[in-house]
Amino acid sequence: MERRDFLKKTGSAVTLAVVTGTTGLVFHNRETTRRSASLTKTVDFEVPPDPSLPILTSASNTDPVAALSAALDAIGGIRRFIHAGEAVVVKPNVGWDRTPAQGANTHPALVSEMVRLCLAAGASRVMVADVSCNDPRRSFLRSGIREAGEAAGATVMLPSEEDFAEVDLGGVVLKTWPVLRHFIEADRLINMPVVKQHSLTRCTVGMKNLYGILGGRRNRLHQEIDQSIVDLAAFVRPTLTVVDATRVMVRGGPQGGSLDDVRIENTVMCATDQVAADSRSVEFLGLSGRQVGHIALAAQSGLGSLDYLNAGFKEVV
Amino acid sequence: MTIQTVRNLRRTSQVVFFLIFFWLILKTTFEVDFSPTGASEIRLPYPVSIALELDPLAALMTLLASGTLYKGLLWSLVILIPTVFLGRFFCGWVCPLGSLNHWLSAFRSERGSRRGKRLLESNRYKPYQRIKYYVLFFCLGAALLGSLQAGLLDPLPLLARSIGTAVLPAIHTGAVAFASWANGTGIGPLGAAGDLLYTALAVTVLPFRQAHFHGVVLLGAVFLTILMLNRLYTRLWCRGICPLGAMLGIFSRFAIFGLQKDEVACNSCNRCLIACQGADNPDVGSRWRQPECHVCLNCQAACPEGALKFKFFPDQEDTETNPAGAPKVDVSRRKVLASLASGLGAVLLFRSGDAHAVNRSAKMVRPPGSLPEDDFLGRCIRCGQCMRVCPNNALHPTQLESGLEGLWTPYLIAKIGYCEPTCTLCGQVCPTGAIGELTFAQKVGDQDTPPNRIGTAFLDRGRCLPWAMATPCIVCEEWCPTSPKAIYLREETAVDRSGDEVEVKRPHVDPALCTGCGACEYACPVWDRKAIYITSVGESRSETNQILLERQASSS
Repeated sequence: MERRDFLKKTGSAVTLAVVTGTTGLVFHNRETTRRSASLTKTVDFEVPPDPSLPILTSASNTDPVAALSAALDAIGGIRRFIHAGEAVVVKPNVGWDRTPAQGANTHPALVSEMVRLCLAAGASRVMVADVSCNDPRRSFLRSGIREAGEAAGATVMLPSEEDFAEVDLGGVVLKTWPVLRHFIEADRLINMPVVKQHSLTRCTVGMKNLYGILGGRRNRLHQEIDQSIVDLAAFVRPTLTVVDATRVMVRGGPQGGSLDDVRIENTVMCATDQVAADSRSVEFLGLSGRQVGHIALAAQSGLGSLDYLNAGFKEVV
Repeated sequence: MTIQTVRNLRRTSQVVFFLIFFWLILKTTFEVDFSPTGASEIRLPYPVSIALELDPLAALMTLLASGTLYKGLLWSLVILIPTVFLGRFFCGWVCPLGSLNHWLSAFRSERGSRRGKRLLESNRYKPYQRIKYYVLFFCLGAALLGSLQAGLLDPLPLLARSIGTAVLPAIHTGAVAFASWANGTGIGPLGAAGDLLYTALAVTVLPFRQAHFHGVVLLGAVFLTILMLNRLYTRLWCRGICPLGAMLGIFSRFAIFGLQKDEVACNSCNRCLIACQGADNPDVGSRWRQPECHVCLNCQAACPEGALKFKFFPDQEDTETNPAGAPKVDVSRRKVLASLASGLGAVLLFRSGDAHAVNRSAKMVRPPGSLPEDDFLGRCIRCGQCMRVCPNNALHPTQLESGLEGLWTPYLIAKIGYCEPTCTLCGQVCPTGAIGELTFAQKVGDQDTPPNRIGTAFLDRGRCLPWAMATPCIVCEEWCPTSPKAIYLREETAVDRSGDEVEVKRPHVDPALCTGCGACEYACPVWDRKAIYITSVGESRSETNQILLERQASSS
């Protein structure tokens, strides 16, 4: 063998051996976990309290839009909550592939009116979003909310996988969970629940509606449903809760499906205190807030008032 | 019009038909607008099944197996009748899989294995090209006994199925993975490029969300193999295996359009052979095979001497050095009969085995509106349109769940997606009526009509949280879409580990109300093997696969 060949061959072999060995050593026991929570702060969208104004207002009218304006005016009007240049996200309940009359989702007329009011108050942009249970395309279409939101000038967001961020919610049972980013990136959050019966929690109104900002396998939360709802309510504090009790689903909730499951109540409520809002709303289901686990627990945890009558309630006609 | 112009027309036609086909597959998805107050039924805006309805093989086979020509399949005559006069123009001008094979064959191997002489030799008519006729007759035999096997190899369903359930989802996964990797590198421009690529794909070809299909590896591998075969021989699939090509070849028997060879003008340069797609012997001196010819007109365009001419009523006379064209397919009667008999025999084997009747898998939950299993297997061409259109990714190609006979037919995997109660899209896109079209009332039921049922839900009490672990849950009841709910709760007392009594709400299923939609199974938090699950028993399509003596007429 020529010396040149010998050197070439040995050199190549040594190089390959060194590269192989180094690769092994470099990657040996390497930490490969990549997922991490990106946010830990409480997301507080609230405006400062105003003792001269009620914390909960309720208005009844066969026209849902008129009921909304009456209730909203009584709690200080839209300009108390939305200021020029703010990015607003409106969170109706768009959980199910159901028509407006079936009462499983928020009334589209209320959503479009809310969007219109926010834009009129100078909001830089208004987004309508929810993490539906059924296929979001169907739910947003059949509920009429996509049409209503877009017609009023909002961006209607159907969540896709990339839209979730891992967030440390810091709760007792709710730890790190995927949250729809639009909710944490906004300046103001208007929660727009609808009042429905629910077999486990007995009701789904405002605080339960916030489940709709979560992704992931949230069905597991049912095991500790009261605590997880309260954890979420402690993490996300909406600017305003607008309760749609125009139709109330008294049985078969939270999906219903039959018009027999729905009772017409023609009522809209506005609240700066979500516990008060929920506490008043469950009366449509023949319950009091005290009887509902998560509402009582939320009051205990200092998130709001169970006894809304003494805390500032105003009923307008 | 020169022959070069005509050839360019053919190339344009191939591109246009391929794009139409691809576009129709993309549009076989839920992206429709409807008013919530108006029509309750969601209908696709385009007749997306039209490309499959043009398929003469699907038409013939479903006709034989079911005794009827379903709806849009009459469109197949638009292909078949011109073929009688013109020959296999479909293969050369229209077929999207044929065009794909054509384009892939155009890549020449570097090692010269398919260049020059070897390419020339490979483009002569070969005995392997007879295989496709035997495939066809095998499928015919099976169809005679009511089992539609042609769909496995029929190019249009094959391509629709492969693109819809394997190629597009794989592209989706790839695009997401690339974007996530590119962003993870921390290199700005690379991340931006990844996002751009993903966005570009998302707005053009990707559906609303990533679809995951059952057992697509085999399905995708078959498709890939078919494409790779072009490396061996030009359009090997079209020449040797395609049963639709075989059928059209047989229907070309009396074609009045054909190749006329001018023996005197020919200088034996063999350029016609180099360009030939169908391996039908276009050269002077060999016997031209009408049933093999794709009518691509490459030979005529390649001929520098003008010796080859496609025309109506061509002069084809036998001379000593230039035999006349042969209109008949080159198969032996014995082998045709043997193939037919094999097809018959295969069905006998399928049906005498246990999977078809006595031991049908409980998992065989067919799409809503499906025909009874025997009729279903006589119609389903396995095009995968139902799987693609399903908004919940609920329908999947079977592997062996319905026996080898039902390979790649649709079934519902509720763990991945449930049957959306108000949705009738799968029946709308089914080109052969294996899944019948349901009206909204037939799907969800009303006073006069019971809802369509695809199965029944059962509880696994050993895994269910309130039953086995004294833990509250009721997610299945929450998701149950019927009104009143088929899943009802009973407050019961459980005893936990420390001996304390705990009140829990335990789910029960009322089989008289359950439609088997699988929403409960989908939503059940016991993730890996669900504590509530659906099986096919109770399905509307079967008279025998029932539990209850009598179903309630309607939910009231």
